[in-house]
Amino acid sequence: MSNATSTAQKGGFLAGTANYLDERVGVGGILKEFGRKIFPDHWSFMLGEVALYSFLVLLLSGTFLTFFFQPAMTNVIYDGVYGPLKGAEMSIAYKSALDISFEVRGGLLMRELHHWAALLFVAAAGLHMMRVFFTGAFRKPREINWVVGFALFVLAMAGGFTGYSLPDDLLSGNGLRIIDGMIKGLPVIGAYVSSMLFGGEFPGHQIVARLYGLHILLIPAFILIFIVIHLFMVVIHKHTHYSGPGRRDDNVVGYPLMPVYVAKAGGFFFLVFGVLMLVAATVTINPIWLYGGYDPSPVSAGTQPDWYIGWADGALRLAPSHLEVTTGNYTWSWNILLPMIVLILLLVLVAAYPFFEAWVTGDKREHHVLDRPRNAPTRTAIGAAGMTFYAVLWAGASTDLIATHFALSLNHVLTTMQISLIVLPIIAFFITKRVCLSLQRKDREIVLHGRETGRIVRLPHGEYLEIHEPLDEYEMYKLVDFIDHKPDVARPNAQGKITLGARARAALSRFFFEDRVSPVSASELASAHPELDAVEHVETKALV
Amino acid sequence: MASLNRKSMFSRRRPFAAALVIAAGLLVTGGGYAAATTAVKAQQDPTVASQSQIDLGHKLFLANCASCHGKNAEGTKNAPTLIGVGAASVDFQVSSGRMPAQASGPQIQAKAAVFNDKEIAAMAAYVASLAPGPAIPTDAMVANNGDLTRGGQLFRTNCAMCHNAAGAGGALTQGKYAPALTDTGAKEMYEAMLTGPQNMPVFNDANLSPKDKKDIITYLVYLQQHPSVGGLSLDNLGPVAEGLFVWVAVLGGIIAITVWLGAKSN
Ligand code: HEC
Ligand code: HEC
Ligand code: HEM
Repeated sequence: MSNATSTAQKGGFLAGTANYLDERVGVGGILKEFGRKIFPDHWSFMLGEVALYSFLVLLLSGTFLTFFFQPAMTNVIYDGVYGPLKGAEMSIAYKSALDISFEVRGGLLMRELHHWAALLFVAAAGLHMMRVFFTGAFRKPREINWVVGFALFVLAMAGGFTGYSLPDDLLSGNGLRIIDGMIKGLPVIGAYVSSMLFGGEFPGHQIVARLYGLHILLIPAFILIFIVIHLFMVVIHKHTHYSGPGRRDDNVVGYPLMPVYVAKAGGFFFLVFGVLMLVAATVTINPIWLYGGYDPSPVSAGTQPDWYIGWADGALRLAPSHLEVTTGNYTWSWNILLPMIVLILLLVLVAAYPFFEAWVTGDKREHHVLDRPRNAPTRTAIGAAGMTFYAVLWAGASTDLIATHFALSLNHVLTTMQISLIVLPIIAFFITKRVCLSLQRKDREIVLHGRETGRIVRLPHGEYLEIHEPLDEYEMYKLVDFIDHKPDVARPNAQGKITLGARARAALSRFFFEDRVSPVSASELASAHPELDAVEHVETKALV
Repeated sequence: MASLNRKSMFSRRRPFAAALVIAAGLLVTGGGYAAATTAVKAQQDPTVASQSQIDLGHKLFLANCASCHGKNAEGTKNAPTLIGVGAASVDFQVSSGRMPAQASGPQIQAKAAVFNDKEIAAMAAYVASLAPGPAIPTDAMVANNGDLTRGGQLFRTNCAMCHNAAGAGGALTQGKYAPALTDTGAKEMYEAMLTGPQNMPVFNDANLSPKDKKDIITYLVYLQQHPSVGGLSLDNLGPVAEGLFVWVAVLGGIIAITVWLGAKSN
């Protein structure tokens, strides 16, 4: 990578712009500073951007929808162009969503664009979150930004849920009915909360207008504020980068934001926009006209939420039935409470992970060089277990489709998933950890003995040898540059006592780092390659 | 879940099979019980079919069906009696390829029909000659000139809990399922409602009048004839298909393009 490093060229476009603005509004200094931010190049750093651009598309298409959507639940008779609903009684909200689909020019395209962008927004944010997790980018000083990102993810889910509940069709109504059931399952307050939310008995005449307020005002505003905070922190902290020669915890290697990066990002925005447009124009999403207006009596088979709420639906489906306990004249619906507790617990664990890991490692240093996932085997394994847990919940929301499409029994699918929810994450943990450790060993092997070339030579005295090619220093650097944590032992505090916390920390530290593979040290390298003096080239922390 | 519980409530197989056996007994002793077991007005008059057609049907029946349904269609422990099920049931079962039944799974599968129209008509006539039962609907009864909107509403109220609101099909318990209705013929729809194959409830004319049935058919045929207005339909499977599509095709596609662009510049 022979990119420009942190020195952006003087003069030219950037300085010109800064100068122009400086003379008028005095922000030149800020702009110049901002424009000289360095952004490293790697596809996995683009995921957050995909989310950001999807959000911009959401704002644009959503604003278009607000021109025509009417969030009222008053009944009207449909007299629009869609034949199978002509003369049907329906709410104004549903009618206006139908009108957007069939009568507003470009309306269907915008509805589909909005909905696809919503799905992509959450998907890109989710994958971005995984990237941050598995590379350890949440470590000091970025813990707070992890929490901000987490809040964004939760807000995105809320945005999506309030959004797809707006058109008041059968599917969204069935979804709201599930939420109503969950709320009513809460002890003591359930019934009150439900009647406050729906303005009386479900479905009432209020809910769409209320969700609309949340959906177009409060949630987007919060998302916007959190995005600003999120990006501001990225600028303050500077971006992380993957390990490589010259890449340290105290610098960033990449392109300056202005003009190279901004040009690239602008292009990338249009790419995301273009892909979304193409999909919106060619693939149906949420064909509300097929579902009919909401009416509490029919329930459709295969009622599923959008994918990002799937894990919650899955938790409800996988909860064992018959968990109700009656005390006095009150019934505790543990088949609703249990999944809710699991969901909340999972969210809390995700939000708190950076603080947990920092406590276990006791590592107070700043980190700007990312980990390769294999070099943090226990973290990677925890992540894999967490993802597996989430994935099983998620798949749990489509037990019926899995049953019909793979010709299985719904009951078997359900039982298999209930077992998988407990067992698979454990298996995922151990397999991932083993794979990471083996990959690390392979790396050691390569560093010490070079890469196998497959070329076999026969020496004059008849011995056969495979030629191993020594690595160049770039590759070498990547393979040896990581932190070698050793398990901590519990130490007595000032009073000479070993506290329970210290013991727990020591146990966890052992759990994290007990079996580990250390990076190749300088002396090991020297003894493996006595003929090479390559050691000088490899400057790494690991070489003590 | 409600839909699944309803299913077992509707499952008419056991109680009705028993009722039909009793009906057969009563018929033999000259009782006029059959009319009560199937509240169907349009009953085929067995005399309409010619005796030669019935004979052909009987022959085909003995060769292909009697092993399971018994020599006189009285039923065996492997299959229910066909006395009183009517021509509609035979026509539905045989023309959809469900009968003669094959390899026992949780649900007998539709497949390419084994018999031609003449043979099917003959077997239907034979079964109808045993006892009165629902007749094969006429073309006028299944024409798609009913009330479209009403048909949609009736479909959502009576059928969507099993067949999905968009008619995309859905799962029932123990490996059974309600199939997608995307390429079912109009006559088959009428017969399915009238006879309630396997785990589908019977919608006799007291539940859904012939007009109601016609309206539903009008709606379903409309959906078949008007493919998705929004582009590819993803089989109308709803949010699950949409979610998979966004992860695999959209996000996957964008990442592929990004990696490709990155690879080019290096
Ligand atoms: C309790 C669930 C249930 C309900 C309610 C139900 N069905 Fe069915 N339906 C089924 C099942 C199960 C089958 C498959 C039967 C078989 O394969 O023998 C089926 C089969 C059919 C078929 C034949 C499909 C084919 O391709 O061969 C049609 C048509 C049909 N149903 C229409 C309807 C209509 C119309 C309604 C509403 C009036 C309805 N069903 C209500 C469960 C249901
Ligand atoms: C391998 C055994 C088998 C063979 C062969 C077979 N059937 Fe069936 N048939 C069944 C079973 C089992 C059922 C009950 C399915 C159910 O509802 O669960 C059935 C159901 C039926 C029904 C529906 C009855 C009702 O209550 O509506 C009809 C009609 C029928 N068969 C006709 C035929 C005809 C005609 C043939 C010959 C072409 C035939 N079957 C051959 C096993 C068989
Ligand atoms: C300022 C931002 C936004 C505005 C103004 C807006 C506006 C709207 C409006 C008016 C509707 C109803 C119209 C219709 O359903 O056809 C809608 C639906 C929807 N919104 Fe938004 N929205 C915004 C942001 C978001 C965000 C951030 C998400 C998700 C993460 C989202 C997801 C959805 C979904 C899934 C629907 C249902 C679409 C459908 O009917 O198929 N929206 N939005």
